Amino acid sequence: MATPVKVYGPPMSTAVSRVLACLYEKNVEFELISINMSKGEHKKPEFLKLQPFGQVPAFEDESISIFESRAICRYICDKYADKGNKGLYGTNPLAKASIDQWIEAEGQSFNPPSSTLVFQLAFAPRMNIKQDKVVIRQNEEKLSKVLDIYEKRLGEARFLAGDEFSLADLSHLPNTQYLVSGTDKGNLFTSRENVGRWWDEISSRDSWKKVVDLQKGA
Amino acid sequence: MAAIKVHGSPLSTNTLRVLAAVYEKELDHEFVLVDKSAGEHKKEHFLSTHNPFGQVPAFEDGDLKLFESRAITRYIACEYADKGTQLIYQDSKKMAITSVWMEVEGQQYEQIAAKLAWELVYKPLLLGMSADKAIVEENEPKLAKVLDIYESRLAQSKYLGGDCFTLADLHHLPTLHYLFGTQVKKLFDSRPHVSAWIADITARPAWLKALAALQSQQ
Repeated sequence: MATPVKVYGPPMSTAVSRVLACLYEKNVEFELISINMSKGEHKKPEFLKLQPFGQVPAFEDESISIFESRAICRYICDKYADKGNKGLYGTNPLAKASIDQWIEAEGQSFNPPSSTLVFQLAFAPRMNIKQDKVVIRQNEEKLSKVLDIYEKRLGEARFLAGDEFSLADLSHLPNTQYLVSGTDKGNLFTSRENVGRWWDEISSRDSWKKVVDLQKGA
Repeated sequence: MAAIKVHGSPLSTNTLRVLAAVYEKELDHEFVLVDKSAGEHKKEHFLSTHNPFGQVPAFEDGDLKLFESRAITRYIACEYADKGTQLIYQDSKKMAITSVWMEVEGQQYEQIAAKLAWELVYKPLLLGMSADKAIVEENEPKLAKVLDIYESRLAQSKYLGGDCFTLADLHHLPTLHYLFGTQVKKLFDSRPHVSAWIADITARPAWLKALAALQSQQ
């Protein structure tokens, strides 16, 4: 039987891995279609039809074609509500609102400095792009301030949105994985007691381990 | 006393985003002024009660407390689905498309638009400083590229999410409003579908009420 769900993009992409983590959490079978970004495949007309900004991931399911990893994750949770981790996007409106709040915090406050650091420290060297020390320092400071807020929050609650692992925590997995395992900035997370505890817990989930395996194998 | 409270500040695009949704849904509410000039948003009470990031807006609905404007608008749109304007789709396919363009606003458009608004509007207004030309020159072409994609989208679809006005369109209103008073206006005017879409959404009575309500707080 053909698998209807297709994800386009390399698993090493943080945004692609966000979607893969969600698919694994929800036990939704998918086909991962590789996009060779070093050959500019993501800027070609056929791909731009799927993702007009020329970025990964793109996503197809039956008759729908969408992009933006956080929108894809919300769609997966909505469409496959009864599969896998049923509480991933909350089982009632109040839980959902709290999860949305922390998904937005991730997208607006955590992602900008952390993704800049991931690019500068993990990707730039591989791409022979010169690192910008000023940018690294500025973004490390910004991220530290955000993680101070997370430290306080994770002293009050086990996970960001409450007692249960949710899409809000999941959204943080990709960038944090690179920073903790692929750069010398992991201590930003591990030196903070509650953040460190939270990172250990969320990164130990089977779903995330599967994503990391995919990234290593690619 | 209204169960719904919006904590916000004049000139805050994020506060306006929430007020726009509140007025579209015709919700009884109380506006609570947060005095940013007195640093109220950075004080312990505000941080621990309303928003640990020390930002506006914050939101209350009875016992529910939320921050992040885009999470608040989502909550309002879902919780009060039967009141005022429909701001989201009930159909999951249509909602998925709307969700995509909500993420585009938050991840592609806003990052650039906010930088330009800061340089061209807020720096002169609040700090009496002139814009950093280099930042403006770097970000105008970036915004132009994003608007090219919007132009293609709006050539196929009356609103970003589909046939109806939704949060995907509403979320753009505040920063648009400020950028329209600057040299950046030409980027919007020169794209006919973008221009028509802006003329449509900025004429909405609820938007005009939200603007007037916030301006009366200054």
